[in-house]
Amino acid sequence: MELVTNEYLLERLNSQFGDAIISAELPYNLLTLVIDPSRILDMLKWLHTDEILKFRFLTDICGSHFPDLKDNELCVIYHVQSMENNVRLRLKAFLPISKPEISSVESLYSSANWMERETYDFYGVIFTGHPNLKRILNVDEMDYFPLRKEYPLEDGTRTDKEDQYFGR
Amino acid sequence: MSELSIQEKELKNPPVLRNGEDYHSDYMTLNLGPSHPATHGVFQNVLTLDGEIIVDSDQTIGYIHRAFEKIAERRPYYQITPLTDRLNYCSSPINNMGWHMTVEKLIGVDIPKRAQYMRVIIMELARIADHLVCNSVIGVDTGALTGFTYVFQWREKIYDIFEQICGARLTTNIGRIGGLERDFNPEVYRLLKAFLADFPAKFTEFRNLLERNRIFYDRTVGAGPISGERALNYGFTGPNLRATGVDYDVRVANPYSSYQDFDFSIPVGEKGDTYDRFMVRQEEIVESLKIIQQAMDNMPEGKYFADVPEFFLPPKEDVYTKMEALIWHFKIIMGETDVPKGEIYHAVEGGNGELGFYLLSDGGRAPYKLHFRRPCFIFYQAYPEMIRGGMLSDAVVTLSSLNVIAGELDA
Repeated sequence: MELVTNEYLLERLNSQFGDAIISAELPYNLLTLVIDPSRILDMLKWLHTDEILKFRFLTDICGSHFPDLKDNELCVIYHVQSMENNVRLRLKAFLPISKPEISSVESLYSSANWMERETYDFYGVIFTGHPNLKRILNVDEMDYFPLRKEYPLEDGTRTDKEDQYFGR
Repeated sequence: MSELSIQEKELKNPPVLRNGEDYHSDYMTLNLGPSHPATHGVFQNVLTLDGEIIVDSDQTIGYIHRAFEKIAERRPYYQITPLTDRLNYCSSPINNMGWHMTVEKLIGVDIPKRAQYMRVIIMELARIADHLVCNSVIGVDTGALTGFTYVFQWREKIYDIFEQICGARLTTNIGRIGGLERDFNPEVYRLLKAFLADFPAKFTEFRNLLERNRIFYDRTVGAGPISGERALNYGFTGPNLRATGVDYDVRVANPYSSYQDFDFSIPVGEKGDTYDRFMVRQEEIVESLKIIQQAMDNMPEGKYFADVPEFFLPPKEDVYTKMEALIWHFKIIMGETDVPKGEIYHAVEGGNGELGFYLLSDGGRAPYKLHFRRPCFIFYQAYPEMIRGGMLSDAVVTLSSLNVIAGELDA
């Protein structure tokens, strides 16, 4: 059996999806690819079905918000894992905040259902094709996406609160 | 679907109905939770029942969501440890250690062997405590309260050891970035030796009570099964995955904290039902005891912390007498130490499975983004599929054998 290393994985992905890979890095020995968001489902489907790679396990999906990146404000981060080869892979897809849409991977991994709902709940990413895209941890009536950076936590040094009530 | 009558529409707390469901059908809607004694935590299942058979269920979670990921974006790294305590509060030390190791990996520190072995002892004790809670509560849910009283006092003894190490029992905040806060004192070794000497006999009594018990057997075998393939698709990890026959354990696949030095085996089940999950946890307790014994026997000499003055608090007497120690102390407490930029994913084997930390640092005092991969949150979504077509009483034991911890579910 061929040993799947990061180099081999990158080579295979480059030959199959060369046009969809925007950049590749190797932070802390975990291959990280920035990809074209429209190709995420194709890419995961190929990784899932490939006879050698066998990325059958979706470890995690989460989001992030970068207000300074124009038209790339929101990021969806996928961690997938091939248990047989003991290799992990991180895929990042940047989306414009005006139209944060990406295809759902729920059809491939049942576990993506709640992970995508959580990402929608916190960052407002719309996963097209998701069977039940609604809030999961926050209340349904909430009308904003709380983990975006425009909602700062309270500043610990603020002085406008009265000490008499808040004990500072 | 028939229209609801006006009287039903005006109900303050109307029944929850799914699309297409006939309110006047033969099915009954039953709310299991959010504060039901059988759910062991705050989460709700709206069950649709045909007699006692479950037709469908709908889950609501988020009752104790505390926005840890948002809070973490303002806190210096050492202040995030108490947040991780409150994820899976049955095995807080594993969460603490996982977080410390994530930050250590980010800043590139090598931890002395002695500290790694001490961490292994603490983590395995926490795993035993976690599994004892889960397994004894499966007994309670099947009507056997006695086993619970047998092993819960041993969980207390584990907490006594934690109390000697760090001063706290449940939410421990144990260890520091760069090592442990202090060396084990002689009392810790005494308590550990007493635990290793006396616990196995009591645990055998607990095993004899349940493992070959006819009533327990009938209640748990075949309850809430899931195949290995479906479990992987649902992102199962930990004992729940191993009960289906998949031998994935982070301690073996990607060893951390010197787990490669120890000789232990990974118990696996076959059918993925409640009994298999129970047995996998039982066997893991035995394996954990083996690991603790080996770590005690081979405890290396050396320091219990790494040489990282930017992150590891200096001893208190030095802070009062030495200038440099005072400066480091001030900088750490005020969160003024720089953390390198980086992106990292680190996973440990928690009580319920792979507990992962995805950390994105932009070099500031606090993480830019921190995401917890909570095993409970991911595998709990398989619950409706596991209980569909079974009895209501099977749903209760399935829930307790999955060991869903509300704190980890909601973060």
